[in-house]
Amino acid sequence: MKKTLCFYFQIHQPVRLRRYRFFDIGKRHDYFDEYVNRSTIRRVAEKCYLPMNRLVMEMIKRYGTNFKVSFSISGSALEQFALHAPEVIDSFKELAKTGSVEFLAETYAHSLASLSNTDEFETQVRRHAVRIEELFGQKPVTLRNSSLIYSDQIGERVAAMGFESMLTDGAKHVLGWKSPNFVYTNAINPRLKLLLKNSRLSDDLTLRFSDHGWHEWPITADKYARWLKDSAKDSEIVNLFMNYETFGENQPAETGIFEFMRSLPEFIFSTTDFEFLTPSEAVKKHQPVAPLHVPYPISWADEEKDITGWLGNELQNEAFEELFKIQPKVKALNDPALNEDYSRLQASDHFYYMRTKLFSDNDYHRYVSPYETPYEAFINYMNVLSDFIARVEDMEKMRNIAEDKITKETESPEKPKKAVRGSRAKSAESAAKTTGKVSTKEKKVKSKH
Amino acid sequence: MFGWEFPPHIAGGLGTASYGLTKGLAKHGVKVMFVMPKAGGDEDQSVVKIINASDVEMMSEYSTLDEYWQNVNFMEIGSNLVPYLDPETFERTVTETIKTGEHTEHIAFRNKFQFSGKYGTNLMEEVARYAMVAGTIAAQQDFDIIHAHDWLTYSAGIVAKKVSGKPLVIHVHATEFDRSGEHVNQQVYDIERRGMEAADRVITVSNLTRNIVINRYGINPDKVVTVHNAVDFQTREDVEVERGVKEKVVTFLGRITFQKGPEYFIEAANKVLKRYPNVRFVMAGSGDLFNRSIRRVAQLKIATKFHFTGFLRGDDVQKMFLYSDVYVMPSVSEPFGISPLEAMRAGVPTIISKQSGVAEVLKHSIKVDYWDVDALADAIYGLLSYPGLGKMAGEEGLEEVNQLKWENAALKVEDVYKDALGII
Repeated sequence: MKKTLCFYFQIHQPVRLRRYRFFDIGKRHDYFDEYVNRSTIRRVAEKCYLPMNRLVMEMIKRYGTNFKVSFSISGSALEQFALHAPEVIDSFKELAKTGSVEFLAETYAHSLASLSNTDEFETQVRRHAVRIEELFGQKPVTLRNSSLIYSDQIGERVAAMGFESMLTDGAKHVLGWKSPNFVYTNAINPRLKLLLKNSRLSDDLTLRFSDHGWHEWPITADKYARWLKDSAKDSEIVNLFMNYETFGENQPAETGIFEFMRSLPEFIFSTTDFEFLTPSEAVKKHQPVAPLHVPYPISWADEEKDITGWLGNELQNEAFEELFKIQPKVKALNDPALNEDYSRLQASDHFYYMRTKLFSDNDYHRYVSPYETPYEAFINYMNVLSDFIARVEDMEKMRNIAEDKITKETESPEKPKKAVRGSRAKSAESAAKTTGKVSTKEKKVKSKH
Repeated sequence: MFGWEFPPHIAGGLGTASYGLTKGLAKHGVKVMFVMPKAGGDEDQSVVKIINASDVEMMSEYSTLDEYWQNVNFMEIGSNLVPYLDPETFERTVTETIKTGEHTEHIAFRNKFQFSGKYGTNLMEEVARYAMVAGTIAAQQDFDIIHAHDWLTYSAGIVAKKVSGKPLVIHVHATEFDRSGEHVNQQVYDIERRGMEAADRVITVSNLTRNIVINRYGINPDKVVTVHNAVDFQTREDVEVERGVKEKVVTFLGRITFQKGPEYFIEAANKVLKRYPNVRFVMAGSGDLFNRSIRRVAQLKIATKFHFTGFLRGDDVQKMFLYSDVYVMPSVSEPFGISPLEAMRAGVPTIISKQSGVAEVLKHSIKVDYWDVDALADAIYGLLSYPGLGKMAGEEGLEEVNQLKWENAALKVEDVYKDALGII
């Protein structure tokens, strides 16, 4: 049996907040920095998404279905592409048509909702899956959570949602002596298959590719193919999971990263017995070897491979708690504008900017925070969140008043019954929308923007 | 008059007070020549003549440091130790230096010395150089009396006195004990004490400060006079503010440092929020306890009701007052404390600590011990929930504060001058 090489690329861009001051609370509800968001999207599109998509297309044309990759694109990234760089979406659509590309599901907002005890995680994942199907004509069957955050409980929730497999990190403290190069299953529900990131080989590209101080520098395609072969000697699958921004943005074009990728398949095919598969194909082909026990959440971040990058200090905990405390109200109101802002405020990046633990060298998220200190990040975020909470509470009050009226009208016999029925019907209608028709609502929001 | 700052380029209350005083003195016909390290050129010169120390050419015999020290043998200056004085400016200056790579130390010291006029890394050096320039100015200009504001300019005052033989009045706006608690910077303390000893008269901004000067610095009580500060409202520009938040707003405005007691404000806020949810707390300013305060607010889980604005300047300060329903100054030690007066001027009821100089002059302000968090919470709660109380405190406070004119303070200062000159 051939061995499997599985590439998964992450694409995410948060909708960045503008400087939102205390004086703005209650007056302005535009929280986002249009200029910074547009210029960032444009820059990364030019440097990475467009050229790398062209390269992937070129390889698919050359090798046909022998070359395969998978993408996970966050909803907030898709949204911003639609606004600032629609050609990026077009090029992903072209790739989708080839049949060599799998699109994964994730939380729409690149949210930390899986760590909260709300049902926001399910809402986010469903919303994202709908969007992916709309754009690329694929119903995702594989899920990857924000920054590959995973635990037994999260996996159980994902399995219950009907996903076949999930990606996470091959964290050493979880694996112990075991190898990441096999398929594992969720410890609670064995039907959910797990693919684990091979950190060393993935990081060779993302972190060390242009590190001149590294004794293995430079990495060439034949050398890397040899490493792949060696590493998979007694195992079945190598999962190379990485941020797509590695190509052209974090590792600029001058480092030769594009040329490296262009020639890699050639060496893989000629010198190894790997075949390229997407995650859903890989879990069909390989038998899981064991359940993986992950009682505490892991992620692909930092040396610790845990979640302390987002929820590691008082600032982050407080912001997180407040954000999800309001979730039931936001959900009950189901107001398009509130939903939209609520989604954007969930981006894990906002919490990452508040981290106070030292940046280690091996840091996946070595991108520059727009804030000078974590404290400023916290202040700005909390100002925005305070305004948002006030809006939610205001709307809740207004709805309650409206509902009170309806009840009063029902109670008083003088009022014509027809009007009562009319307004009741309306509230029933909005309740129906809450449960099901998320996608149509979304479309309405989109066209507004 | 030797000062360190003058509006509009100010980091704290010192500049505002200098400006108010000079204007008050002008009304009594006292002409003021105001020497500052670095003038911006946009200072209001209608009542004072601003002399920019950076523009003064040093007399040739003083042009080297060594020679100078031989001529004016009054003090030695040690290293460039940064005194702990004004954290936000200090922080900014240091970051600026890091960013631009600019190092003021390397500025060639020829005939003119370019003062930064900021409380920066080589403050001690600037203080010494400022004193040298003062000697030159004292020899060139014609004047009757020397008035030096705060320790940064005491040395300048001493030199000017030595060169000219004119009497020296030093004005104590704050002492090292106010700034650093018991952990005083010995260098700064020494400069302060030398200034007070060399002075013919010492003006303190409150009796609180007067006691410190007498007890901690061992100065003869007979020459120490209290002249309370006042407020100058003509500089106030009318800002229209439409409040965005519906809740009531309780404000702390000032440097977030040990001296100002920010932690007591936070703890009190936490207590009030438990009983009275319809309120937001705002901490405006920056300082070395800034980050710690934010962490504390997050720990208490009140961050959606407790906001930070960072350092406010210009109109934003006024805006903040107009936003407020209660103003709190829980200072651990405050020689005077001008900001409650500004709040009262905006009709905002105030709570001040008994450990502030301004408590000596205000009747229509609620006074609590800074450490008494319960009393502070109680006072805040009272002003918020009993409209009559807040209304009265606001109205009476406005009335009261309007009586505190620089003109009156200046009259007392003029008396001190006359006394020092032996005219009375």
